[in-house]
Amino acid sequence: MSTKTQWMPVIGLEVHCELATNTKLFCSCANAFGAPPNTNICPVCLGLPGSLPVLNARAVEFSLRLAEALNFTVPDKSVFARKNYFYPDMPKDYQVTQFELPILQAGVIDVDGVTIGIERAHLEEDTGKSSHMGGGGRIHDAEYSLVDYNRAGVPLLEIVSRPDIRSAEQARGYVSELRAVLLAIGVSDVKMEEGSMRVDANISLRASEADEFGTKVEIKNMNSLRSLGRAIDHEIDRQAEALETGETIIQETRHWDENENRTSGMRSKEGSSDYRYFPEPDLVPVAPTAEQRAAVRDSLPELPARRRERLIEAWGITLPDARILVDVPGLADYAEAAVAALAGGAARDVVNLCTGDLLAYLNETGRTLAAIALDPAGLADLADLIGDGTLSRSLAQEVFAACVADGSSPRAVVAEKGLAQVSDTGELGTILDAVIAANADAVAQYHAGDDKERKKKRGFLMGEAMKASKGQGNPQLLNQLLDERLV
Amino acid sequence: MNAIEIAASVRAGEVSAREVVEGYLATIDAGNGELNALLLVGEQAARAAADEVDAAVAAGNDPGPLAGVPVVLKDNLCQRGVVTTCGSRILEGWRPPYTATVVDAVTRAGGIPLGKANLDEFAMGSSTENSAFGPTRNPHDSTRVPGGSSGGSAACVAAKFAPLALGSDTGGSIRQPAALCGVVGVKPTYGRVSRYGLVAFASSLDQIGPFGASVTDAALLLDVISGHDRRDSTSIPETLTPVSPTLENGVAKLRVGVIDELTNGGGVALEVRAAVLAAAAALEAAGATIESVSLPSTQFGLSAYYMIAPAEASSNLARYDGVRYGLRVEGENLAAMNERTRDAGFGPEVKRRIMLGTYALSAGYYDAYYGRAQRVRTLITRDFNRVYEGCDVLLSPTSPTTAFKLGDRTADPMTMYQSDVCTIPTNLAGHPAMSVPWGTGADSMPVGVQILAPALAEATMFRVARVVEDAAP
Ligand SMILES: [Zn+2]
Repeated sequence: MSTKTQWMPVIGLEVHCELATNTKLFCSCANAFGAPPNTNICPVCLGLPGSLPVLNARAVEFSLRLAEALNFTVPDKSVFARKNYFYPDMPKDYQVTQFELPILQAGVIDVDGVTIGIERAHLEEDTGKSSHMGGGGRIHDAEYSLVDYNRAGVPLLEIVSRPDIRSAEQARGYVSELRAVLLAIGVSDVKMEEGSMRVDANISLRASEADEFGTKVEIKNMNSLRSLGRAIDHEIDRQAEALETGETIIQETRHWDENENRTSGMRSKEGSSDYRYFPEPDLVPVAPTAEQRAAVRDSLPELPARRRERLIEAWGITLPDARILVDVPGLADYAEAAVAALAGGAARDVVNLCTGDLLAYLNETGRTLAAIALDPAGLADLADLIGDGTLSRSLAQEVFAACVADGSSPRAVVAEKGLAQVSDTGELGTILDAVIAANADAVAQYHAGDDKERKKKRGFLMGEAMKASKGQGNPQLLNQLLDERLV
Repeated sequence: MNAIEIAASVRAGEVSAREVVEGYLATIDAGNGELNALLLVGEQAARAAADEVDAAVAAGNDPGPLAGVPVVLKDNLCQRGVVTTCGSRILEGWRPPYTATVVDAVTRAGGIPLGKANLDEFAMGSSTENSAFGPTRNPHDSTRVPGGSSGGSAACVAAKFAPLALGSDTGGSIRQPAALCGVVGVKPTYGRVSRYGLVAFASSLDQIGPFGASVTDAALLLDVISGHDRRDSTSIPETLTPVSPTLENGVAKLRVGVIDELTNGGGVALEVRAAVLAAAAALEAAGATIESVSLPSTQFGLSAYYMIAPAEASSNLARYDGVRYGLRVEGENLAAMNERTRDAGFGPEVKRRIMLGTYALSAGYYDAYYGRAQRVRTLITRDFNRVYEGCDVLLSPTSPTTAFKLGDRTADPMTMYQSDVCTIPTNLAGHPAMSVPWGTGADSMPVGVQILAPALAEATMFRVARVVEDAAP
């Protein structure tokens, strides 16, 4: 009888992140998402004969910011190289990237207390986008193909981790922390869903920490953190099963299929490809100066880990809440501005509103914080109204919805709709007395019933009282007064 | 009239740019049929540009130092809306949507782009026989080649189709045809002249430069096209010293070295060697000191060049795949379309170099070929710099022989490659060099003497060239 081996995964991640520069990596075309096909193009990014690339200084500055944030080594000189292969969405039939001498080397990132090494990060240009028309929508059976070169030349930073990651969860943690850092230092929008951040995973298994690495398999096409985790778990299971049955793992690239929930091998022409890298003769080496690095260091914003710590300490909030604030673009800034504008309200209420109602609203409408009608001062106002007992949580929700829709002030909405919470014990007592009189059965069942029945009837009576107060009764007071009447 | 005189007369209103242009167009009309030096004559555009220059003069404005001077462009220089072929079928019908920096500079200086000159396909060759549109013939003897790859440009100046021309020099493609056609041709320091708009052959070696009938004319054009261009990352940002103001400063006390390996090498014709030595003697008579210098690494130049240039070319020419512009030959799938297009569009020499370069860059061979060639390149540069510690300029033949007969070397690429043995080392070092005519050989064909200088020392190089020019038989 064989004991089942406990396979240990070894995972390395390659993150391609689109840099949020105004222009492309080597020309002055706009680096913008969603323009009509082939409108953000010029001789340079189309690779027309005779055109020459000029490096976007901003892309270098962005790389240097990441260097400061993640303790990368910045070599005195990094070199662009040409990666040669034929593909129609690549205008020059070579990609300008960095090979032997990347701009950043040997960084580290802390993921939930574990230090993950980062091998390197290098700058490269994105390719265009092909659409294969007719047939199965793939290049080999299409009737014809269309190419949009708007993306060609968009700057990417490829960040390659060391094989230090040991689980799908840690992989997600790594990406999510990296994403928070990239967002905080303002170099990328890091939207996996829109493709401004792409993650490929290299996975192998081995029987123990002491063993050599096994054969690694690369998985591509994960378009969210969730699918990254699922794809890795699936691939770990697939490899473990294969190894259990004595199969050899083939070094290959596999494609994650979100709907089928599985990976499948891509046509394995990759194995034999020879990209014939050589230094790009049209560009000079990148040599950041000490002044450049100092300027970047001095202007570096607070990093996510530090910011989370500070907010937790200052506001007494939980780590998950702090994570949400820091991870959603602009949310922590918004919350901090709102807290600063509080007049008696609690930071905790601001955070609840931000991570609850506000975030839900942003997700539903797809809007950004910059584009919403309710400003931080308005939100602070709302928190103040919760704090002084004017609004219950549920009333606050209603006011929030009204304010965020048209920008009216919370106090105006409260006045206009007569939404102020009723905290007058006399008024609430009258309401309760009427409810009890109208529901004598329920009261009787309450007194006769077991714990479960009592809880149920009490809940019913509370609901009736809330209804009778048009939702404006102060819940704590109502509870207290109801208890007094049910003794 | 030479270029200087034309510009002076046009600026003074003594002759109109239109008259100048009509004169050259008539010469072209009479002679281009036989020489095939120009692939395209832009008559209308040239007349319109000339009229603008004349209007400026009439309005009392100065059109610039090239006022009314026609300039021929090698057909690998882009001009907005003008068909650009690179001597290849693969670019069929392609009209660049933009203009090369040098062409803009010419126009801004009042110069008149006159037409596009024939060349070896993608500037790969030493005789202009590799053009897909037929060879150019040498104006001194139409049974002979004009050299290459800028053979069309050199022939135009020699045949007086234009007083000035632009070419590109990757391994001698300006200097060798200048020598074979008996005109002055200059390869500037790498980075002195913007490459933006020059269709690349080998990016780390390509450099645009002028042809003129005299040293003074070539200087005029070089000064117009020199200067930093932010669109070319390899363009030199420092302020450059113009060459024209010091042309007549003479060579007193200059130290001139005669490169032993290139002047006394086996393949060098006796009359060519004699010309170099005579030029050296003339410089000595004018006050320079002469010594023989050795550059042992130059003997590896040709081999290193034929690794580096094809390697870069294999990548630079990948974009001609039938997808976006130029020729497309349909196929049953994408790869077949790519292959058929490239097979039909490229000539044999281009294919040979693409294969050579692809091989040199392949995994497992990179270090042995491309890597080693780059080390040789470093060695050659170091060798030059060592010699320049004791010399201001160097002398050598430009081409080992005078112009050869059409078809003489087409069968054997290695013999053809030898044509550039004297010119290639400077491209590898990135230094400037130029060819100045020195009489003729026994076959009555022109001989050229090459003057080489350290990086950015063009002004000194031109002073020497002026003295050589005056002393030449
Ligand atoms: Zn562009």
